[in-house]
Amino acid sequence: MAYVAIADQVQELHDPTTFIRKYIWSQDHKVIAIQYGITATAVGLLALVLSGLMRLQLGFPDTFSFIDPVNYYQFITMHGMIMVIYLLTALFLGGFGNYLIPLQLGARDMVFPYMNMLSYWIYLLAVLVLVASFFIPGGPTGAGWTLYPPQAILPGTPGADGGILLMLVSLIIFIVAFTMGGLNYVTTVLQARTRGMTLMRMPLTVWGIFTATDLGLLAFPALLVSGVMMTLDRVLGTSFFMPAVVSMGEQLDYAGGSPVLFQHLFWFFGHPEVYIVALPAFGIVSDLLSTHARKNIFGYRMMVWAIVAIGGLSFVVWAHHMYVSGMNPYFGFFFATTTLIIAIPTAIKVYNWTLTLWRGNIHLRVPMLFAIGFIFTFVHGGLTGLFLGNVIVDIPLSDTYFVVGHFHMVMGVAPLMVVFGAIYHWYPKMTGKMFNETLGKIHFWVTFLGTYFIYLPMHYLGFLGVPRRYFALGNTEFLPDSVQSLNASITVSALIVGSVQLIFLYNLISSLFKGKPAGPNPWGATTLEWQTPDTPPTHGNWGPALPGCYRWAYDYSVPGAEWDFLPQNFPPEGATIDSDGIVRSTDGTPA
Amino acid sequence: MDRSWETPGIPEDVQADGAIPTTPSAKIGLGFFLAVVTSMFSLFTVAYIMRMEYADWQSLPDPGLLWLNTIMLILSSVAMHRAKRAALRGEVRGVRTGLIISGVLSFAFLAGQLLAWRHLNAAGYFIANNPANAFFYVITGLHGLHLLGGLWVWGKTITKVGRGLEVRDLSLSVELCTTYWHYLLLVWLVLFGLLLST
Repeated sequence: MAYVAIADQVQELHDPTTFIRKYIWSQDHKVIAIQYGITATAVGLLALVLSGLMRLQLGFPDTFSFIDPVNYYQFITMHGMIMVIYLLTALFLGGFGNYLIPLQLGARDMVFPYMNMLSYWIYLLAVLVLVASFFIPGGPTGAGWTLYPPQAILPGTPGADGGILLMLVSLIIFIVAFTMGGLNYVTTVLQARTRGMTLMRMPLTVWGIFTATDLGLLAFPALLVSGVMMTLDRVLGTSFFMPAVVSMGEQLDYAGGSPVLFQHLFWFFGHPEVYIVALPAFGIVSDLLSTHARKNIFGYRMMVWAIVAIGGLSFVVWAHHMYVSGMNPYFGFFFATTTLIIAIPTAIKVYNWTLTLWRGNIHLRVPMLFAIGFIFTFVHGGLTGLFLGNVIVDIPLSDTYFVVGHFHMVMGVAPLMVVFGAIYHWYPKMTGKMFNETLGKIHFWVTFLGTYFIYLPMHYLGFLGVPRRYFALGNTEFLPDSVQSLNASITVSALIVGSVQLIFLYNLISSLFKGKPAGPNPWGATTLEWQTPDTPPTHGNWGPALPGCYRWAYDYSVPGAEWDFLPQNFPPEGATIDSDGIVRSTDGTPA
Repeated sequence: MDRSWETPGIPEDVQADGAIPTTPSAKIGLGFFLAVVTSMFSLFTVAYIMRMEYADWQSLPDPGLLWLNTIMLILSSVAMHRAKRAALRGEVRGVRTGLIISGVLSFAFLAGQLLAWRHLNAAGYFIANNPANAFFYVITGLHGLHLLGGLWVWGKTITKVGRGLEVRDLSLSVELCTTYWHYLLLVWLVLFGLLLST
C-alpha cells in the first residue's frame, strides 16, 4: 500500500521493504522518534551515572580514591551538557516532536522525511563525538557546562587538549542536526495538518513543541557563533574571547578579547534553551492533565498565547545569568524586570492547570501522577527563580547550592516528570502493550519524593553559603558540621532515585513482552493519534483516508454527550464510539 | 471571533483533503532556514560591534578586490532572477542560460574571495593578529560556505536541466535558488557595508 505522503508531495510515500529501510535507515517519523528516544536515554543514563559519582564525592569525601578533582570537573561538565542538550532537547523535540506532530495533526509523515532521517544520524554523530572525548588522552573537558573562556581552553583545565575541541565540534554537529529536524517540525505544523485541523484546534502538545522549535531555530545559532569563535581561539589563536593571560607563569599570545562577550552569546542561547525544554513539557502536561481528569483544559486560548508569550520573552532575559559577571547596573535592572514579567504568563499556565483539575474526574494513573508531580516541582523551582531573578537577592546566592537546587527543580526534575508521564501515556500507543502499573507507581513515588530529599536541602545549603562546583569544602569555618551530614543524606537519596530508574527501564522493556494488549485508545483520549487504524501505527499512519478534524482536542465530559470524550474526528452529525475508543460511523465503518 | 473549538465541524476556509497547499512546503522550509541564517549573521554582527569597542581593534584596509567580487555576486543574482523569470514563462533555454551564468559568476565570486584572503595574508594580516582580521576571515568564510551550499543545490538543479526535465518540474528548484541567491546577496551587502564602515 502506498499513499500520498503529504498533500503537496507528488511522489508516493515510499514503502520500506527491507529490514534496514524499515528500522535503521528509516524515513518514518515514528522510527526516527524511537531512535532519538533510545539514543537520548542511553546518553542520559551515562549522565545519571556521572551525577551519582559526583554525589559520592560530595557526600563521602576522601572515601573514593578513583574520583580526583580532575574527574570531578569532567563529571560536572559532561553531566550538565548531556542532560540539557543531548537528553532533554533531543528527547522532547527529536523524540516526542517526531512521534507526535504528524500523528496529532493527522498527517502521514513529516514534510521532509529524508532530512528528518539525516537529522537523527547527525545527532548520533554528535553524541558519538561527545562520548569519544572520554577515550582521548586528557579526557573530556572539565570547564563546566557553560564553557566560559578563558579557563575553558587554557592548560590546567581538565580536557584542555582535546576534550574541549570535541565538545565544541559535537555541539556544532548537534546544531546542524537540530536545524534539520527543526525545519521539519515547524514546516509540518504549518503545511501538513489534516482538513479541519486549524491552528487553534491543535493539541497543546503540538503548540509547545512548535514554539520550542521556533526558539531553538533562533537561539541555537548563538551557540554556534560562540562555538565557532571559541574553536578558532583555541585552534588558530585568535582573541575573540581571550584576554591577555599569564598562564602557569607564561604570557600567552592572546590579548584584548572579551570573556563577557562569550557569556552574552552563550546565554542568548542558554536562556531560550530553558524554554526549549520547558515549553514542550508545558504542552504535554496540559494534554495529560486534561485527559486523565476527563475535563477540558481550562483557558485553551490563554494557554496558547501564554506559550507564545513565554517563548518571545525568553529572548530578552538572558543577562539574568550574568548579574555577577560585571555589567552596567542598569542592565541588571532591565533584565530583572523582564525576568519577573515572565512570571505572569507562567503563572497563568499554572493556574489553568490547577483549574483544569478542579472538580475533574481525576484518574490517578501513572501518567497523571507524573503530571501532578510536575505541577509541584515546577512551582517550587519557579518560585526560587523569582528569588534569583532579583539582582539584590541573586548576588549573595550566586554560585551557591541554592542555584543548583533551583535549576534542577525547574529544568531538571519538572521536565523529567513530564518525560516520564509522557512515556507512560504514549507507551500503549507506541508498543500496543500496557506497562506494569504497580512498577510505574513505585517509580513515581520514589522519584517524586526522592527529588525533594535531594533538592530541598540544597536550597538550605545555598543559604548557608555552600559554594557550588567545589570538589571538597575543606576547612570552611563559616559552615556548620551539619552541612556534611546533609550532603551525605542528599547523596543517599540521589543514589536511591538514580537506581529506581532501572525499575522504569525494566518496566518499559519487560512490558514489551509481558504487557497486556493495550487496545488503540486505553485512556479514552480525544487527540487523533489514538484513532489510528493500527496500534502501534504502521507506515503512513492512517490507512487509505486521513481523519478529518471536527472539533478541538479537549471535548471531555461534554454535557449531553453519550460518551465522556468526543475525539477530534467525531463528526458533528453524530457517530458512535466503540469499546476500543475508536470513532465509527453509525453504520460501523471507520469514521 | 473564530471560536473554532466551540462549533464542531470543518471551517469553510480549510482546504479539502489532499488538496495542494497554496505554498509549497519547500518554500516555507527555506523561509525558516533563512531565519536561522539571519539569526547567525546578526549575532556575528552584534559580536563584531561589541568587540570593536575594545582598545586592541585595528581595522583592516578594504581590499579593492571586494568591490569586483560584489559586482559579480550582484550579476549572479540578476542572472538567477532571469532564470526564474524564464521558468515562469516556460522557456527552458532561458532557464539553462540563467543558471549557467549565475553559477559561473558565483564560483568567480568565491575565487575572488579566496584571492582577497591571499592578498591580505601576503600583506601580513593574519587571522590571529587582530580581532578585526579574525572577524573578516570568519564572516567572509561563513558567507562563502553558505554560497557553496547553495551551489550544491544549483548543481542538482542544473543536472535536472541537463536530463531534459520539463520546465514545470524545474521551476520550484529555480525559484528556491533565486530566493537563496538574493538573500545571500543581501547578507553580503550588509556585511560588506559593515566591513567598509569600520
